[in-house]
Amino acid sequence: MNDMAVLTASDFKSDTKPIWCPGCGDFSVLTALTKALAELARPREQVALISGIGCSSRIPAYTRVYGLHGVHGRALAVAAGVKLANPDLTVIAAGGDGDGLSIGGNHFLHACRRNVDMTYVLMDNQVYGMTKGQASPTTAPEWCESKLTPHGTGVSPVAPLHLALASGVNFFARGFAGKPNELAALILAGIAHPGFSVIHVLSPCVTFRPEQRGWKSVVHASDAPPASDPAEALARYAGDDGFTTGILYQADRAPFLPAHTSDLTAEDFAAGFAVRGGEMAAVADRGQA
Amino acid sequence: MDADHIEQTAPHIAMTDAGWRAPGAGEQPATGSVSLAVLGSGGAGSMRAGEILLEVAAEAGFFGLMTRSMGPQIRGGEAAALLRLSTAPVSSPDDHFDLLIALDWGNFAGFAAELPLAPGSLVLTDPAEGEVPATVLASGARIAQLPLKELARKVANGRTNMVALGAAAALIGLPAELVVAVLASQFGRKGEAVLAASAAALRLGAEAATGLPAVPRLGAPRQDGAARWNISGNQATGLGALKGGVKFVAAYPITPATEVLEWLAPALEKTGGRLVQAEDELAAINMTIGASFAGTPSLTATSGPGLALMVEALGLAVASETPLVVVDVMRGGPSTGIPTKSEQTDLNIAVYGLHGDAPHLVLAPNAVGDCLSTAHWAVSLAETLQTPAIVLSDQALGQSRAILAPPAPLPATAPRLTPVPDQVEYNRYAVTESGVSPMAIPGMPGTAYVADGLEHTERGTPSAQAAAHQTQLDKRARKLDGFDFGARWADLEGEGDIALITWGSVTGPAREAAERARARGQRVRLISLRLLLPAQPEKMHAALAGVRRALVVEQSHGRQFHKYLRSFYDLPAEVAVIARPGPLPIRPAEILERLAAWESVR
Ligand SMILES: Cc1ncc(C[n+]2csc(CCOP(=O)(O)OP(=O)(O)O)c2C)c(N)n1
Ligand code: SF4
Ligand SMILES: [Mg+2]
Repeated sequence: MNDMAVLTASDFKSDTKPIWCPGCGDFSVLTALTKALAELARPREQVALISGIGCSSRIPAYTRVYGLHGVHGRALAVAAGVKLANPDLTVIAAGGDGDGLSIGGNHFLHACRRNVDMTYVLMDNQVYGMTKGQASPTTAPEWCESKLTPHGTGVSPVAPLHLALASGVNFFARGFAGKPNELAALILAGIAHPGFSVIHVLSPCVTFRPEQRGWKSVVHASDAPPASDPAEALARYAGDDGFTTGILYQADRAPFLPAHTSDLTAEDFAAGFAVRGGEMAAVADRGQA
Repeated sequence: MDADHIEQTAPHIAMTDAGWRAPGAGEQPATGSVSLAVLGSGGAGSMRAGEILLEVAAEAGFFGLMTRSMGPQIRGGEAAALLRLSTAPVSSPDDHFDLLIALDWGNFAGFAAELPLAPGSLVLTDPAEGEVPATVLASGARIAQLPLKELARKVANGRTNMVALGAAAALIGLPAELVVAVLASQFGRKGEAVLAASAAALRLGAEAATGLPAVPRLGAPRQDGAARWNISGNQATGLGALKGGVKFVAAYPITPATEVLEWLAPALEKTGGRLVQAEDELAAINMTIGASFAGTPSLTATSGPGLALMVEALGLAVASETPLVVVDVMRGGPSTGIPTKSEQTDLNIAVYGLHGDAPHLVLAPNAVGDCLSTAHWAVSLAETLQTPAIVLSDQALGQSRAILAPPAPLPATAPRLTPVPDQVEYNRYAVTESGVSPMAIPGMPGTAYVADGLEHTERGTPSAQAAAHQTQLDKRARKLDGFDFGARWADLEGEGDIALITWGSVTGPAREAAERARARGQRVRLISLRLLLPAQPEKMHAALAGVRRALVVEQSHGRQFHKYLRSFYDLPAEVAVIARPGPLPIRPAEILERLAAWESVR
């Protein structure tokens, strides 16, 4: 089937049963993402969904677009490669707080700087779900439930918003898995916005962070239009509690896509290595005479 | 040029030839080749002089090879241009240098060991640069003075490296007018003042040379009118990638691989491709995987430390069956090791470094020109077999420049095997007889799938079941084991019951040793492996038929190649090994000497 007919969210869901725990926030992220894709109305084959490793990173298999489920932490690098090789594709990267901010933290800041036109759905549950409950870079220092850090991490958490702003992000929105329709709208806005867009999703891990079920009562929508100046944004969100949802920042830096032409072939470059001979050999003969 | 200069310079030319004797048998340079080194502190211009001399030789119809020896300093360290010019194609350094010109002796200790001299050698030293080092005197080489600084001063903006260039060209028989013509072609119209200064300086050098002791002169060049290239190994690798169809490169700079990337950046830009500078090698390899997944033949180039960072993702490329090429231009290791100098010690990590059972390709060029062919072949094989290919080049190939006959072109890379569109159930990892399954490319309708590093079913759905694992492991192994790699797997030369088995840049000296051994009547065959993985036991068995003794030659302390051979191949009963770490190149005479030991015990 050539996907020209109108597709619904369920057309974007595969028949593979998710491995997620019942009640995991990631189910709602899948719902929101497929809804956004249906509304985007691009043929399924024009979308590539790239992830790393983690519970959240399992998401490509549950969709019916092209996907790549790679190694831990490198989703953004893979996604940039996909987009730069084929700019016609809608490229979405997805994964967890551990994948994107710990092992892949370096790629996150460089993805913000580089500003390739793609969207990153960062599913933050403040824990490593897949490895059964260790602290992540967004975990509060006093959280003591992990066997690895029974006295808490004692380490300051990173705020994805501030990290992204400091790194030059072009679009940053925060959504909540418990509000999939709003989240779908944010994902769609991120896709529509040229350049690198981060959709920071609060997606509870009901198994290792059951207290996150309470997030639904603390999230609150931003009442201001998105900031567009990084300094202003840093000032505005300095005291942010991490639960403000909506499009928080939106700038208009041009996406990164090195220009190219097809004026030459490999043979043209090969010709550049040829020793000239002829003309200069004549000079040589005169010299020897 | 007036006679004045010669009279002024001639008195400075003194010769100390006390230790000179006619070279004995086996010490003669190979027929028609001259080896010379131009050395000095970084910035003195020795590399520039070497490059010009190489180009002059090329224009005159000679072949040549110029390797570089550099210290770790970014500026101002020791630097030597090591040239061998020849009437026939050349891919090995000679046993010693016929001529050594020191612009200064400032950092000589840094590379003295890499500059072997013989009693027949001629060393030119500038009296203004102080004493000739004791090690040079101890070699017994003839020493002559050439007042480079004084001569250079006679010309406004004259430079010592141009005086040295003029003297060197004259001594080995290259006409000064040709040197000037080459310089003129490089400077173009803009640089007339610089050209005039350089030309005057090099003429002074050429005239001074008339009073110097003789060194071997180059014989008559081949006047066959055949095309020649002047190319470095790293450029050849870049060109091979381009010819193979690479359209995406992710780059993270590292010595001595950077020139591959730097050459490819503008080339890709004008041939419809893209190069992106990544934040690290983890990003570079993963970008490469992404671009290839998106349907574009892709490559990254690095050296040992970078390859170490890439191996996790190479496992992903194997499991997800994503074609790509990683070029590793090897340097001394481990760790930061000796970044500027050559070694063949990433063989182990390339062959065994991946986690899990991960069949992949490992290839190695064995000459500067072969960097082109092997890079092209690697792209072609990776695309056909949907698996990563590691290409092991090294500093001695990558940063060397050669005058050579253009490498024979390879057939164009075949397009990837793709599925018919719009399938009811597309199985990306379908079990096929060859093991290669049609690979859909994003954009193709009706064949969307998820490429996965998790073990998976034929469809690509993650699976932890024994049967799926067994099936996919079999399939991935079968792709490589069942493929016919043809004759390109190795260079096989000569007949006889002695085999020289080698690979990579050491092939040059091994080949020359084999030729010399044959010339003195010993029957020696050469086996230089180009395809290291998958191993080719049947082909090796045939190549070794009738061989009673094998001499393994490699540039590694840990005998990595010998152990590799032992783990994949049956070797003859008697095996000797020449294994030495970098940075000293292995020279033909050392190999010849080991072969001579077998000559008597027939
Ligand atoms: C190189 C590597 N190191 C460690 C792991 C183990 N590992 C798998 S998932 C994961 C953390 C996942 O956390 P996060 O990204 O937050 O995803 P979540 O499971 O919470 O959705 C780790 C450490 C791995 N797969 N690969
Ligand atoms: S462990 Fe947590 S994050 Fe993982 S599936 Fe279960 S609830 Fe979701
Ligand atoms: Mg997490």
